Amino acid sequence: MSDNLLNLQGVHTHIGQYHILHGVDLAIPRGQLTMLLGRNGAGKTTTLRTIMGLWQASQGSITFDGRDITKLPTPDIAQAGIAYVPENMAIFADLTVRENLILAARNGDLDPARLKWIFGLFPALEKFWSLAAGVLSGGQKQMLAIARAIVEPRDLLLIDEPTKGLAPAIIMNMVQAFKELKSTGATILLVEQNFLAAKLLGDHVAVMDDGRVVHRGAMAELAEDAALQQKLLGLSMDAHQ
Amino acid sequence: MSTATETSATVTLPKVRIDYLPVLLVPILMLLALPLVGSFSTWVTLTVAALAMGMMIFLMASGLTLVFGLMDVLNFGHGVFISFGAYVSLIALGPLAGWVESTNLWLNVGALLACILVAMLVTGALGYAFERVVIRPVYGQHLKQILITMGGMIVAEQMIHVIWGASPIPLRLPEGLRGAIVIGDAAMEKYRVIAVVLGLLVFGAMHLVLNRTKIGLLIRAGVENPEMVEALGYKIRRLFVGVFIVGSALAGLGGVLWAFYRQTLTAGMGMEVNVLIFIVIIIGGLGSVGGCFIGAILVALVANYTGFLAPKLALGSSILLMVVILLWRPQGLYPVAKR
Ligand SMILES: Nc1ncnc2c1ncn2[C@@H]1O[C@H](COP(=O)(O)OP(=O)(O)OP(=O)(O)O)[C@@H](O)[C@H]1O
Ligand SMILES: [Mg+2]
Repeated sequence: MSDNLLNLQGVHTHIGQYHILHGVDLAIPRGQLTMLLGRNGAGKTTTLRTIMGLWQASQGSITFDGRDITKLPTPDIAQAGIAYVPENMAIFADLTVRENLILAARNGDLDPARLKWIFGLFPALEKFWSLAAGVLSGGQKQMLAIARAIVEPRDLLLIDEPTKGLAPAIIMNMVQAFKELKSTGATILLVEQNFLAAKLLGDHVAVMDDGRVVHRGAMAELAEDAALQQKLLGLSMDAHQ
Repeated sequence: MSTATETSATVTLPKVRIDYLPVLLVPILMLLALPLVGSFSTWVTLTVAALAMGMMIFLMASGLTLVFGLMDVLNFGHGVFISFGAYVSLIALGPLAGWVESTNLWLNVGALLACILVAMLVTGALGYAFERVVIRPVYGQHLKQILITMGGMIVAEQMIHVIWGASPIPLRLPEGLRGAIVIGDAAMEKYRVIAVVLGLLVFGAMHLVLNRTKIGLLIRAGVENPEMVEALGYKIRRLFVGVFIVGSALAGLGGVLWAFYRQTLTAGMGMEVNVLIFIVIIIGGLGSVGGCFIGAILVALVANYTGFLAPKLALGSSILLMVVILLWRPQGLYPVAKR
């Protein structure tokens, strides 16, 4: 068995008539956190959606744990063990925090011990347990979206820009939570625009541009190489620091 | 872990606003009508009739609003299930003629329940077939949905002509369910009261299922964001087929009640209420069962009161109501949060 949990090879994605991904190659090592960076519009979200089967790859292959999932429908991909936190969070506003989590726990009842652990990561969720998720603040919604992905153990977490639009204090709360998640041995693919957060969390990094992966390596390496950062990510990253 | 008191000091609870305003419209409308109608007993009769009608419309429309909410499917053929439900109750009535004319109230009620059961089974099965044959090929294509579902409706109406003949068929209410209950000088027809009770029971059951069961939660979540429901590992198609079948069966139930209410069967009855049903689900907010319930009652109240006060306006009254409500809330009474 390879030590890569997820492998994308030459993945192309079309959205309607637009050709968005032009042969994405990406390998996600087991038990580690891979950062996916890149400018706005580089194709990060499209890559995650293609992995989830929410867009169909028009070419190339996606293998998860040795199994070809390229053509599987989304629910089957989720059931194979991939959890997804989309960019817009997609919490169910009409449902309570509790009900959101009940739906995410598809193997049965909520596990009290795991719930306690989640409340430790995100205390606000315990506090607002019986409230409609729609009334939560942006940061709390993000916490709920992440909680939904980890309410049962999953093999791979795909998380799209969890710190977008959040206040610095809440971003640090998130970073803390991801550190804790990492320590449980979870495999994570994290899209992040905040380079500071990326530096703190990433084991590996892949940088996308114009629908391709243009750089792959260790996060620490990129973090130390200002020239490379400038070349790959441009000034937009500094603006986020 | 922090204790409750600690967290309450640091985090303020967001305000939860339960939106009662649309519900309040119902009593407000009733009270406004009272002085206009003038006589209390007439007002009671009109109001009970309206509530009965509202419940039937709700039963017929509830499935449609979820069908639209879940898969964005515009089913203009929903009326098929109403007509078919009404007609197939004849199948149950044939062998049960004795029960219908019996003076034993339980046998009378049994006859009605048998009609309902047969109608729901048949329309549920019909719904399954309709979804496979008519709806499935046109997922995501609104114009085609409108055309093909209307076509399906016309075909179904013709099938009724072929099976049961073209002329209206009189339908007799079971003996014990005829007549009125008189309290003071206000008369309430027994059957209308039964329709109200049945409607409330079904609404209560739907409410429980939608709020207390995992399937119900999935349906509500799916109405909000079907894509995310799939990303959590659930097959939205299967959920949709289930909702379609139940919605068809409920339309069949509504059809039976409606037919007994009018005491006639006509092949066009489904087509006739079709427009009304669409008005109701638009007023309620597409995808909202609660909104559909309130919307149905409002439409029925307005129709009954104007029918009495200004019969010439009765036809347009529901459209007028829709316009007024949409001016107030463009997404309907209870807008469903959409992706
Ligand atoms: N539904 C869509 N229809 C058409 N084009 C789309 C659609 N979604 C994304 N695109 C285009 O695909 C390209 C990649 O978008 P994508 O959302 O994957 O980028 P991203 O890297 O996630 O950017 P961001 O940092 O802004 O989230 C962009 O040029 C975008 O305009
Ligand atoms: Mg994105």
